[in-house]
Amino acid sequence: MKTFDRVGRETNALFEYAGGLALLSRESFGFLFRLRVRLNETIAQCALLGVQSLVIVLLTSLFTGMVISLESSQQAVAYGFSSFVGGAVAYGAVRELGPMLTAVVVAGRVGAAIAAELGSMVVTEQIEALRSMGLEPARFLVVPRLLALIVMLPLLTVFADVISILGGMWIAQAYAHIPYDSFLTSVRQAIDFSDVVRGLLKTLVFAVIIVIVGAYQGLSTTGGAAGVGKATTFSVVLSIILIFGTNFVLSFLLFGTS
Amino acid sequence: MTVQTRNLVARIEEVSLAFGDRVVLKNCSLDIVEGAITCIVGLSGAGKSTVLRLLDGLIHPQSGHVYVLENDLTAMTEEQINTVRRKISLSFQFAALLDSLTVGENVALPLRERTKLSNAEIERTAMDALASVGLGHAYNNLPAELSGGMLKRAGFARAIVTRPELILYDEPTTGLDPIVTKLITETILRLRQKFGGTAVVISHDLPSIFAMADYIAMLFEGAIIACDTAERIRNSPNPIVQQFLAGSETGPIPI
Repeated sequence: MKTFDRVGRETNALFEYAGGLALLSRESFGFLFRLRVRLNETIAQCALLGVQSLVIVLLTSLFTGMVISLESSQQAVAYGFSSFVGGAVAYGAVRELGPMLTAVVVAGRVGAAIAAELGSMVVTEQIEALRSMGLEPARFLVVPRLLALIVMLPLLTVFADVISILGGMWIAQAYAHIPYDSFLTSVRQAIDFSDVVRGLLKTLVFAVIIVIVGAYQGLSTTGGAAGVGKATTFSVVLSIILIFGTNFVLSFLLFGTS
Repeated sequence: MTVQTRNLVARIEEVSLAFGDRVVLKNCSLDIVEGAITCIVGLSGAGKSTVLRLLDGLIHPQSGHVYVLENDLTAMTEEQINTVRRKISLSFQFAALLDSLTVGENVALPLRERTKLSNAEIERTAMDALASVGLGHAYNNLPAELSGGMLKRAGFARAIVTRPELILYDEPTTGLDPIVTKLITETILRLRQKFGGTAVVISHDLPSIFAMADYIAMLFEGAIIACDTAERIRNSPNPIVQQFLAGSETGPIPI
């Protein structure tokens, strides 16, 4: 009986959580579509969430491109397929690793920051103060972050795609003596513009996941400083799981037939 | 317990509220008289701040009604309550200024978001509000750079900047030294004189309460057990009120 009771309560909590995410998304997109956007704050958030994430995104993408190139170059040289290394690196980077790794890195940095900031605002009554002034926290705090990341995550992904290909190209040349021309020819043969666009489409969904999960966790924080810590950790964990799961579904839908 | 000698700005009617198993208010009723300062007193955890939040529509009772400026908040949507909130201000215990904005920007925020005033007018009005609480010099400071008393006064400035009809002060003197407490009490009285309006103050500080209150309501075990003029409350025959005012350990209040 206790087991049923616990399963029931957990299921209830799961649906309640999913409902909370859905309601916050609906409210935020409602403000977004009605153009009730704080433009200056959105620009500030673009700098804070996007520009300041650039270095970490570039570093992780650079090393990822380099390691893919390193591994594939070894095999390619051994089996005489060195002209395909560029394609392998670009294919992986543009369609999967670029969008997903960028999203995961940004979830770790930005999702945590959003949850921590909003959670701190809850425990110091700043969110209640906004409500008492008749200002909607979703419009005031969530929408600028949402719009900023919807704009910035695809841009960061473009940088990530480019830097991982460049890193791969350098390693392929340095390690397996694959000429730059040959590498780039292989890149052009392996991917086209639609691959890049479809990869970037995925990042729009990832941006929504990162901001809505972070904001919902922050806004539903309870229990003071410890609560903020829990909200931040859970926000990052859940965002990353959702990004991986959603990436599979989106890849299936976008690339499943190509 | 109600006071019905003058016009009412707000009324809490037979309100009951529980958080989980903990009953906070039980058939609680209170009238807020127009133009008066009503202080709500009671033991820690008695539900005084909850009453303020009910009056601001931030929480909703499980039963009963909350009328503010002729609106029944319990029958309104959040969007409708927002229109009522334009005429109410809540000054928080720890000011609750947004720490990403300067003090001036915090005070200007309600004007910026709710009015169509020009930037120059908004800044001038915010500066006037800060000057009226003696913080004209702190316009460009961040909240983190202010002391506790200054923060509370900055919170007052934000609360009065829109000239609300009803101001709710949540523990304005808690945690402050006697000099700043006196300054805060005088500020509340001066703001009432300057801008008019009605005020509800939650406080434990009895000298401060008797210095500013027109009416005092005592909240005990989820209900208002006494509500009258400050003088009558001081002389109340109610043993609970007397024990509270005397700060005595002996009496009907369980310690």
